[in-house]
Amino acid sequence: MTAIPWLRDPDQGFKVAQTSGKMVLLDFSAAPM
Amino acid sequence: MYPQEQVAKSVNEHFIPVKIHIKERPQDFSRFKADWTPTLILAEADGAERHRVVGFLPADDFLAQLHLGLAKAAFSLGQFGEAKAAFEMVATRHPQTDAAPEAVYWTAVSGYKASGDPEFLKKGGAELRDRWPQSEWAKKGSVWVS
Repeated sequence: MTAIPWLRDPDQGFKVAQTSGKMVLLDFSAAPM
Repeated sequence: MYPQEQVAKSVNEHFIPVKIHIKERPQDFSRFKADWTPTLILAEADGAERHRVVGFLPADDFLAQLHLGLAKAAFSLGQFGEAKAAFEMVATRHPQTDAAPEAVYWTAVSGYKASGDPEFLKKGGAELRDRWPQSEWAKKGSVWVS
């Protein structure tokens, strides 16, 4: 099963996206941790 | 390949994934105006939001929404040829989802914007009327086929 390497900080996500050329996927969750 | 596996592969291929939990970062819920969970936002690196999905969706619908967002991003950047192809892919690969009629609508608009040919709108409106007559997108496209 392929894992998704979720980041936890949106600003870090935007920073990585700037160099990768990818979009950012923000997943807002309240699911049990 | 199972849909969930497809979702993971698609996320990793096209996106920088960020999970924001209400207990960890409630301030980000306010910042991005996420009022309910799950909420999914597809955004450019500069923060520009291109697509938002509120509420749970089964894997096939979820996957269709991811690709709908990518197509909308191309459209917003004025890449109408690329957007048209991406919207067409959504409708072709996920015909049973609610994303499909929306994708057909935007395929027609993208074709028109790329070429200036109103025949794209007429054709799209007819397809929506014939295949998804109860959808809001058929209603929106009805003005193209009168």
